Amino acid sequence: MTTTNSEAVLPAQGIEAPRSGRIDPKYLRSNPSSGSFEMVAWVFMRVSGAALVVLIFVHLFSNLMVGEGIHQIDFAFVAGKWANPVWQFWDLTMLWLAMLHGTNGMRTIINDYAEKDSTRLWLKSILYLASTVIIILGTLVIFTFEPCLVDDAGNLMDYAPSFCENIVN
Amino acid sequence: MSTPTVEKEPASKVDLAESGDGAGAVQEFDITLKVRRYDPERAEDAWWDEWELTMFGTDRVLDALHRVKWDVDGTLTFRRSCAHGICGSDAMRINGRNRLACKTLLKDLDTSKPIVVEAIKGLPVEKDLIVDMEPFFQSYREIMPFMINNSPAPTAERVQSPEERQRFDDTTKCILCAACTSSCPVFWTDGQYFGPAAIVNAHRFIFDSRDDAGDMRLEILNDKEGVWRCRTTFNCTEACPRGIEVTKAIQEVKTAILTRSL
Repeated sequence: MTTTNSEAVLPAQGIEAPRSGRIDPKYLRSNPSSGSFEMVAWVFMRVSGAALVVLIFVHLFSNLMVGEGIHQIDFAFVAGKWANPVWQFWDLTMLWLAMLHGTNGMRTIINDYAEKDSTRLWLKSILYLASTVIIILGTLVIFTFEPCLVDDAGNLMDYAPSFCENIVN
Repeated sequence: MSTPTVEKEPASKVDLAESGDGAGAVQEFDITLKVRRYDPERAEDAWWDEWELTMFGTDRVLDALHRVKWDVDGTLTFRRSCAHGICGSDAMRINGRNRLACKTLLKDLDTSKPIVVEAIKGLPVEKDLIVDMEPFFQSYREIMPFMINNSPAPTAERVQSPEERQRFDDTTKCILCAACTSSCPVFWTDGQYFGPAAIVNAHRFIFDSRDDAGDMRLEILNDKEGVWRCRTTFNCTEACPRGIEVTKAIQEVKTAILTRSL
């Protein structure tokens, strides 16, 4: 007749491992993460980086090399570009990818260098707020840009650029 | 009948002088050994000690530490076991680089300046060059560094082709000295990152054709403190005394997690 005594079978049960509890709490991984956010962020950095190289160099080439080059850039030039849906889409993609790429880069730098959780939280809050404001403002400008503002009577506002006179009149 | 041939003695691999001091003469030189000391029973803060020593061309940093401990100051404390680069006990920061003291020859260092020896960084120092390795082994245990196979054990060995063995050969060389993990700037920040050594040892089983728990290990390393915190600074590859391509192994684990998710 055998009796089951788990403590006798496993004498180590209930005895703490040597040095347990001696680990500095900062080394304990208290909250294992679920989901693949870090993986998605890692892939996004590579894909957006490659896309931005193309987007930015075409942007620079079309602005600075084609036509009159650097001398053509003024209010009218930008207005002209944003009248074209292709450039609207191009600049929108560039804005979103660059902002998200940069924000994620800053996020990893904060994660790596901030030593206290509270510092980390504050820095990231400021970062996310700034990025959100810039992305929303930039998107609004690209889609609602109206170079030739008119008043209620249909006359050009005083501060409208000179080329608007040709369009309105 | 064959004539007996007179076998010639093979040429010596060491250039021995024909006369004079002969093989006994090994070049001597003076060094300054500078060690960062810490002993909570003597002082709250760490301090630096310097010793002038006359060492031989065949000596290693470990021999200089032995000379101090045995002949000059017996309170100097450091770990070493095999003293031949196998056990991985004596990883330390020598002139700012993580090295095994038993594999670093003094003649290969700049002896015109003091040779600076510190404990490895990022782990709590207990005394002098001894750190608490428990956080390091904690990460190691988390990746389950043992073979898991669900199929019944065969009567003979589990067969593996040379190519399958070659796949993870590099990462079998790890001796768990912690030189890589304690050279990683991401680990230095908060010690939350699994660290290169844990990932290398996970790699050793993930790519082993006989192991069935690769998915579990990939899931563990997909953590926010897992492989994605690697910034490919190559400090670990530079530090590894076994010449393991650590950063490459981490990259292969990243790729494995990605391909599994797609």
